[in-house]
Amino acid sequence: MIDVIYRLTAPGRFEIAYEELPLCEDQVLLRPRWLSICKADQRYYQGNRSPEALKAKLPMALVHECAAEVVRDPTGRFARGALVAICPNLPVQTDEFIAENYLFSSRFRSSGADGFLQEYVLSAPDRLIPVPQNTSPEICAFLELISVAMHSISRFERFSHRRRERLAVWGDGSLGYITALLLRTLYPQARLTVLGTVEEKLSYFSFAEERLDVRRVRLVEKESLCDHAFECVGGAGCRNAINQMIEAVAPEGTLALLGVSENFVDINTRMVLEKGLRLFGSSRSGVADFARAAAVLEQNPILGQYLERLVSRVLPVRSIEDLHHAFLLDGQQSFGKTILRWEM
Amino acid sequence: MVIAAILAGGSGSRMGNSAMPKQFLPLGSKPILLHTLEKFLLHPEVERVLVLCPHAWISFTNDLLAEYLPRGMEVTVLAGGETRNNTLQNALDYVDAHFGGGEDHILLTHDAVRPFVSHRIISENIASAREHGACDTVIPATDTIVESADGTLISSIPERKMMFQGQTPQSFRANKLRSLMAQLQADEAAILTDACKIFTMRGEAVAMVRGETHNIKITYPYDLKVAQALLGLEQEPGDD
Repeated sequence: MIDVIYRLTAPGRFEIAYEELPLCEDQVLLRPRWLSICKADQRYYQGNRSPEALKAKLPMALVHECAAEVVRDPTGRFARGALVAICPNLPVQTDEFIAENYLFSSRFRSSGADGFLQEYVLSAPDRLIPVPQNTSPEICAFLELISVAMHSISRFERFSHRRRERLAVWGDGSLGYITALLLRTLYPQARLTVLGTVEEKLSYFSFAEERLDVRRVRLVEKESLCDHAFECVGGAGCRNAINQMIEAVAPEGTLALLGVSENFVDINTRMVLEKGLRLFGSSRSGVADFARAAAVLEQNPILGQYLERLVSRVLPVRSIEDLHHAFLLDGQQSFGKTILRWEM
Repeated sequence: MVIAAILAGGSGSRMGNSAMPKQFLPLGSKPILLHTLEKFLLHPEVERVLVLCPHAWISFTNDLLAEYLPRGMEVTVLAGGETRNNTLQNALDYVDAHFGGGEDHILLTHDAVRPFVSHRIISENIASAREHGACDTVIPATDTIVESADGTLISSIPERKMMFQGQTPQSFRANKLRSLMAQLQADEAAILTDACKIFTMRGEAVAMVRGETHNIKITYPYDLKVAQALLGLEQEPGDD
């Protein structure tokens, strides 16, 4: 069938392209229905990537957070009309030690392969995760982001010692919110601290015991604030965040790094050494993380209420003008997710 | 019920030297008609798909469907008529006979040679036909339209912002279409080339659905080249 693809050809410019999708018997045909804009999409749209990266990646359809409807599944695993989340990671091999999202051979939709701004999408059935029945489609749109937070927690569980009485999350944005919320759910006995720079955004984290504005609190005085910490800041702010974490985490603690920075980051390695800290990177996610995220949502219906607060707006998209409107509005907001009701 | 009638009745006389009706010409991996059919077959709201083609090409069409149609998809092939009206009437007769004439079906009619129709256009046609009884897919005219009664001199130049170019689908409440077609006089029927005009001639509302510039009709060899280029296909040597 002929598929219509809405590709970003240059910052701020979408163009229509067509491709013939082969309706194979081992692939599921899906219709994207609920999409969510990620900061990575905005970096392409606003041109905040290096000229080399833009040249290498564009033209490309953006958006890798998507809940889609099954249109045709010749494999018989999904019913027609079922809503599923699509894992944007596209591995071509498996490895005993390296997870699918860290294999250099894997491709990723909306970074090296077209994302979900398409009329239809073909996917292998093993990339599809049934969405939790008790969760709204607007939230299912960003199950990918929830799975990214879940992935970092699964890695934290692998790498950290078992004293997990005090946990802290740096970052008052969407990823910080989700990571903190999942930690609250999975470690209900732990004391949870969230650190950010915008008081209004911090006030959203009502489920955390402690919300600290790092500009007002002297963290040196708060030495051993936590046993382990998660960095969800990224960008220019992650240098300060990581160095604050190094100061605030107890010896032998673990630091999860999730925030993307375009620049090299100076960190206080002396104190990393002195404290014997473990820093680990966490990027993207795999199908297992989607499945765990969906299961946690299913088992904890109250998460739906907390995650609903992240949905800042739901916009129908019926034209390229609507798409620009959505990206421009999303670019102006400081907190929350812009959801696209995809009708193209 | 929502029924799509794909009109493949043209003989292809405008298509250069090709002896085959244009809907059967290959575009990428399969004939144009198959691309068009898939758009309707995969749309979740469309429940039945009919193809109306020249009588002499029915068996050929069935062979193509057997060869190219993915497993689990069903299409009914019917004979078209001498004119577009006759073809439309054949579709309505089939709907009456097989899906119940008294039912309030939505009938989408679409050119077989418009394979770039989008999911949105189909969805909006269904919604608009339900709401208004009839709708036409259009795009704003970009060229100035000139009217000439005798083909030599310009009789008028309508204001461009009021001009639109018709595409397909054209969609209807089947009952309404049937009743208006039954009222057509022979002289009216003879000059009628557009199903929506049946409504406007009787003062019935026809809503406009926003089409797309890419929803092209593959009529001339040039159009086929455009379609191939849109799909990023290599041009066949000797395509001219």
